[in-house]
Amino acid sequence: MIYFDNSATTKPYKDVLDAFVTVSQAYFANPSSIHSKGGESERLLQQARKTVSQLLHVKPQEIIFTSGGTEGNNTAIKGVAMQYATRGKHLITSAVEHASSFETFHALETLGFDVTYLPVDEEGRISVDELKAAIREDTILVSLISVNNETGTIGPIEEVGKLLQEYKKIYFHVDHVQGIGKVPLSFTKAGVDLCTISGHKVHGLKGTGILYKRESVLLSPLLTGGEQEGSVRAGTENVAGIVSLAKALRMTFEYMDAGVRNMEKITSYMRDELEKLPSVVINTPKTQCAPHILNFSVEDVKPEVLIHALDQKEIYVSTRSACASKQTGASRVLLAMGMKEKRASSAIRLSLSYENTMEEAEIVLRELKKAVTELQEIMR
Amino acid sequence: MDYIYLDHAATSPVHPDVVEAMVPYLTEHFGNPSSIHHFGRKTRQLLDEARLVAAQSIGATPNSIVFTSGGTEADNAALFGTALAKKETGRHIITSQIEHHAVLHACARLESEGFEVTYLPVDETGRISLSELKAALRPDTIIVSIMYGNNEVGTLQDIAAIGELLEAHQAVFHTDAVQAYGVLPIDVNELKVDLLSVSSHKINGPKGVGFLYIREEVALDPLLYGGEQERKRRAGTENVAAIAGFKQAISIMREEGMEKAARYEAYKQKMLSIFTEAGITFLRNGEQEHTLPHVLNVSFPGVKTEILLVNLDLARIAASSGSACTAGSLEPSHVLTAMFGKQNRTKEAVRFSFGLHNTMEEIEQAAQETAKIVKRLQK
Repeated sequence: MIYFDNSATTKPYKDVLDAFVTVSQAYFANPSSIHSKGGESERLLQQARKTVSQLLHVKPQEIIFTSGGTEGNNTAIKGVAMQYATRGKHLITSAVEHASSFETFHALETLGFDVTYLPVDEEGRISVDELKAAIREDTILVSLISVNNETGTIGPIEEVGKLLQEYKKIYFHVDHVQGIGKVPLSFTKAGVDLCTISGHKVHGLKGTGILYKRESVLLSPLLTGGEQEGSVRAGTENVAGIVSLAKALRMTFEYMDAGVRNMEKITSYMRDELEKLPSVVINTPKTQCAPHILNFSVEDVKPEVLIHALDQKEIYVSTRSACASKQTGASRVLLAMGMKEKRASSAIRLSLSYENTMEEAEIVLRELKKAVTELQEIMR
Repeated sequence: MDYIYLDHAATSPVHPDVVEAMVPYLTEHFGNPSSIHHFGRKTRQLLDEARLVAAQSIGATPNSIVFTSGGTEADNAALFGTALAKKETGRHIITSQIEHHAVLHACARLESEGFEVTYLPVDETGRISLSELKAALRPDTIIVSIMYGNNEVGTLQDIAAIGELLEAHQAVFHTDAVQAYGVLPIDVNELKVDLLSVSSHKINGPKGVGFLYIREEVALDPLLYGGEQERKRRAGTENVAAIAGFKQAISIMREEGMEKAARYEAYKQKMLSIFTEAGITFLRNGEQEHTLPHVLNVSFPGVKTEILLVNLDLARIAASSGSACTAGSLEPSHVLTAMFGKQNRTKEAVRFSFGLHNTMEEIEQAAQETAKIVKRLQK
């Protein structure tokens, strides 16, 4: 079995799982309860918050635990929009954001906000000059993805952050779901005000996530009710999930250097090999791209068919974002990069974890070549 | 003495079988249900099964179940989603003064966004009046949100009668059944509710998961936008393992049936009789007949809530002042205030709530210990 779909979701680390099971059973009390059982849960929660804040070099009170990346993006974007609507109703984002940002912006348009969707170049990157030109008196938010989930393209986050230093009234949100553990991002250096992270993309559990919120930023909460998470996110805390998330993040950071080097070696080798195939065209840029994603199109072969062929060989890859897997046709992201319909609708995404090996890559390449040749013969 | 946990309404221990049901979905079946390969199909299958189990537990169709991150999200999604979807047909909302804050704070936000909210009062037992509800209904009422069983005092509302009353009205009927689910039989068609919120960690399932029942013809704007999960009604990668655990918890709940209700009722009577025998003064808060079997709320005149709770904790008994979500607050409970105004008993109330692993022996021990402490403090 070879799992090359780590951008869709990852397998939880053993220690993460153990932490989850232990906490679920031994520390089940509600952290808001004032009895000592509640106190024990509350301390675990505080410890997890401290661990995460240290790993991210921020303050504990700047960490908001969420139910995942989608909630993080929705909370940040809608939260700023609603909170600061009286200042202005203009928002800036890009054409290649994850659906959880993209669709939130669409929803905000129906609520009277004006959204600029910056175009991207053929590598999937926005232009900082175009961003600068799009800024208006009433702009309150810039929200960008740091590492594109389909192509692995790294966006100019630091440059944008630097530019936005001159605009004190504009908040900067970064969707770092694919970047965490793969592409370093300093919140301070990049002037990030809000940053979304998901647990299950870093060998944590589904249903867990982090939203970093600079202390000075106010958010109109998406979930309202109890006073948990500084009243920014109501709901009984998923203590076991949160503790296991802190563990997953710590392990990820521990293994990161070696893991990234390993993934770089594999993706670069696979890129070289795939480029040799006449019907394959690589969609992930050569430079400024994440180490774990390699996206390519095989013309004349339906990606779903190729995926099923690989599935038979116990090799698991994907077409694009899992969240958009039910959509057929061209990828919105690839189209925005200027690709023709045909190329944009025949993409395959390989996404690695630290544990994948060169041997696995060899097998994947071999089976891919075989499957492509066979399928092309059928199509002919 | 082992710790006696009488705070199951705040959260409940995860059933051992529940953890066991989750583990495979954290190890070998870890795929994203939206993925079209083997791993995705495996978890998609679990989601379908869990949806069916959840639906059957309330007499609903699988398509009407939307998995959420918990009770708060379900309540928020119900209120914000309906308000947004129906704002063209009206902007009036009816709820009660004793709802959970997940409903009340959502209503307050909607007020700030131009909606008008009627907060129905309750009597001294914590019940709303049907005729007052009827009188409050207007042609532009779009939501009526009334909780099934109150989390602090246990009082039940006559949900079936409200459902009946609203049948001919355009308003969508939402009930927060977070506390009632698991201890009372619920059938959404008999009750004629359109939306119903449930939380997993109150029925020995994991935290971070719940569901919102949405009657099939009812349209809601989503709270979370993004992917096409949950038929576009709730974006975000599904929390598969937690849903597997929740499914197991629901199955256990259904197998056990409602036999536990009688056991909890016996616990309640035992505690009360021990208090009586001990000769301490106490006032029972809430309805005696129409009540959640697992919730007992009692005021001990002359003994402040916080002081009693600290003493109970020292005696290794976990109880609470009411809602865990507001446990840190010094204000008297909004529920007791709605029932009793400024009477002292609102500051002298303690909630005992029963659940898994509790035994009659523990209950007796806890009641005797409580009586002892109260006797000392009431002097």
